[in-house]
Amino acid sequence: MATRLKEVDAVMVGMGWTGSIMARELTKAGLTVVGLERGEDLTPREHFALPNVRDELKYTHRLELVQDPALETLTFRHRPSDHALPMRRMGSFLPGNSVGGAANHWGGLHWRYLPSDHLCRSHIVERYGANVIPADMTIQDWAMTYDELEPYYDRFDKLCGVSGKAGNVRGQKIAGGNIFEGPRQNEYPNPPLKMTESALMFEKAAIELGYHPFPQPISNASRPYTNIEGLTLGACQYCGHCDKSGCEANAKAGPHVCILPLLRSDPKFTLRPRAWVSRLIYDKTAREVTGVVYTDTRSGEEYEQPAGLVVLSAYVFGNISLLFHSGIGEPYDPSTGKGAVGKNYCYQLSRMGVTMFFENKEFNPFMGAPGSSMALDDVDGDNFDHTGLGFLGGSRFACGHGDGRPIGYRPVPPGTPRWGAAWKTATAKWYSHAANIAVSGSNYANRNNYLDLDPTYKDQLGRPLLRLTYNFVENDYKVMEYTLGVAAKIARAMNPTIMGEPRMRRGDYDIVPYQSTHNTGGTIMGTDPKTSVVNRYLQSWDADNLFIMGASTFPQQPAYNPTGPVGALAYWSAEAIVTKYLKSPGPLVHA
Amino acid sequence: MSDHNTSDRGTPETTTSDRERVDDASPIGRRNFLLGAGTAVAAGLAPTAAAQAQPQAGSAAATAAANPNDDALLTLTPNEAAFFSAVADTMIPADALTPSGSACGVTIFVDRQLAGAWGGGARMYRAGPFRKGKPGQGYQLPLTPREFFAAGVIATNEWSRKTYGKDFDRLAPKERETALKELESGKAALGEFDGKQFFEALLKITMEGFFADPIYGGNRDKAGWRMVGYPGLPAVYSTLIDEYRNKRYRVDPQSIADFS
Repeated sequence: MATRLKEVDAVMVGMGWTGSIMARELTKAGLTVVGLERGEDLTPREHFALPNVRDELKYTHRLELVQDPALETLTFRHRPSDHALPMRRMGSFLPGNSVGGAANHWGGLHWRYLPSDHLCRSHIVERYGANVIPADMTIQDWAMTYDELEPYYDRFDKLCGVSGKAGNVRGQKIAGGNIFEGPRQNEYPNPPLKMTESALMFEKAAIELGYHPFPQPISNASRPYTNIEGLTLGACQYCGHCDKSGCEANAKAGPHVCILPLLRSDPKFTLRPRAWVSRLIYDKTAREVTGVVYTDTRSGEEYEQPAGLVVLSAYVFGNISLLFHSGIGEPYDPSTGKGAVGKNYCYQLSRMGVTMFFENKEFNPFMGAPGSSMALDDVDGDNFDHTGLGFLGGSRFACGHGDGRPIGYRPVPPGTPRWGAAWKTATAKWYSHAANIAVSGSNYANRNNYLDLDPTYKDQLGRPLLRLTYNFVENDYKVMEYTLGVAAKIARAMNPTIMGEPRMRRGDYDIVPYQSTHNTGGTIMGTDPKTSVVNRYLQSWDADNLFIMGASTFPQQPAYNPTGPVGALAYWSAEAIVTKYLKSPGPLVHA
Repeated sequence: MSDHNTSDRGTPETTTSDRERVDDASPIGRRNFLLGAGTAVAAGLAPTAAAQAQPQAGSAAATAAANPNDDALLTLTPNEAAFFSAVADTMIPADALTPSGSACGVTIFVDRQLAGAWGGGARMYRAGPFRKGKPGQGYQLPLTPREFFAAGVIATNEWSRKTYGKDFDRLAPKERETALKELESGKAALGEFDGKQFFEALLKITMEGFFADPIYGGNRDKAGWRMVGYPGLPAVYSTLIDEYRNKRYRVDPQSIADFS
């Protein structure tokens, strides 16, 4: 029998970006808040310090900061007719496992979604007609426009100290920034990071071809920066480790640097690490959740934490599985299209690009950060005319160096063996002379890509694992082929000594190699409770005091990395709770 | 690329051919020999002979190899150690760039990894039922990495004896190359065991042992890092990134141990 604890005003399930933002906003509004986190607590000074923070084996290959699949993983199959098997090791994506969440080891790429991404379906219908959308492509509009979310994007920019160059300030297009982006009210808080030689070469070639390259926006401060909470970030050291490690310079934005120091000293906030939430307590008739049940993993004891408000702020999979385990909402059924929990799981098309080898260039690939790259958005989203192309969506490109860690980064020209004397010679010769145009594509929702519960496999608490049914579809292959063609054109214009084969993804999705931690969907937002899980304020349609954060609310995934809108949506939802819900508890949107 | 081979790193040409000769002349079998100085001493080989047997891997590696504690094994059996050394020396043959894989500590790295939490199956979901997956579903065996490699060594040696008449580590260098290619391409028939999957795991752990920070027992004298020009630590480049744009940045690489 779970021990019942004293009721608090609000409980956060997960203490990464969204749990931290929400806890901060609610405590500022006077609420008492408990933050529950399954993993351990970390502090940058203790856990992200030199010299051990520079350990490629530990962080990139033994996945020190990543969720332990022994506790909870998911099963995976390519199609509903296949047999799902557990993902026994983390690979394709790497959710976090501790206070700070995946932001402890994120690369810091910080994007806003395009205005047309926010209106995905209606924008396409308006421009091309409804007929261009394949019958099995279940894309939906977001529940708020870009312009509505802009102030919250802006706020999250200023929390993180994003470094970049604006391409559209209040409608004024600015050369050198991303001219395709939606209008922003302010320039980025910090100037772009310093660019690598490869980034500058890419920029030059792209401009000559008529494209519009710009510095890749990044949540690594390019200079010391004091954020809107009065907390200070250090300047980026270009160490080449940040996409899998913590940051000793406190230059990479994350809850530990940007918010948690304030929460830790706030008497209205209690952080409870090693508290694994197994379910929410749901009263379907009253349309509310009365609290959560968690296991303290230090004692094995079960506790009930009653709360007036419950915020699901775990990773995508944690949010979805807690709805299933608590009986909240109707599970999605691909055969009928009915139900919304688990629907529209999307990912990101990655591991694509073109590697180039330049005999007379020195790239020092270990110097850099993901932000010391030039990006390109010309064939992303609906920034280009899709008439007659036979697909929807697109890809964004980036070229630079920021991860030259040699266990993982050892580019060699095509045809080189993978070991032996010839491999050694080629690896030694080309390590510092190769550059890559990385291509990441959008992934639009498909009727058969979804999440439900597995009938066989269980997690460490004895709950069924989530079952992922996912594969690439025809639209994805067309996005890859078209956009890789453009990347190859730019690569050729950079005039390499040797050009690698464009890396096209063929065949079924493979859950083993790392691709990106940009899983989305499953608790999507919308305007209709039949086809979505949360309303425009991320409030559950089925429980008025339940709010669901994060990328699980995205109806589909553009080519961008999701953290920018994840943070913006947390601020947007928090403001709705404070200014609307607390004054008049109940549904904020009447369906 | 002669500048990759810095002069302070001894004479790495003293390589496989010398070792073959030593092996042929020695009453001590290849297995003990490949284990390096520590085991050789334990087996009764005179320290001077053992020291001669070690490829001259540069000062730091030579010092490390001379310390018996550095080469004492935690989990690998003599057969397994000989196998991993033979694999490492075939994937990373000694040449002007670096000493051989085993001389760079790859076998010790493998031993430490398999003896540790990772080798014991940490951060793996290990519940059944088990069944063969489709490509793309990932590893589906009940074996921990320690058990997986043990089974792989046995299966590969069985196949090697059937095909070449000897265990893998006793094959001549050219034959080892051929055998590894057969494993890599999936042509080697290892019975129940998936030889291609085993090859991929061998390649991965060998490369980890060659390029990971030397604190894990491999990459001795930072030979892997020197080969490509990776500086290691501290990796603080906020001013250097401008200064060295399109200019070679070469320093004596430093490990976590150098800052600890």
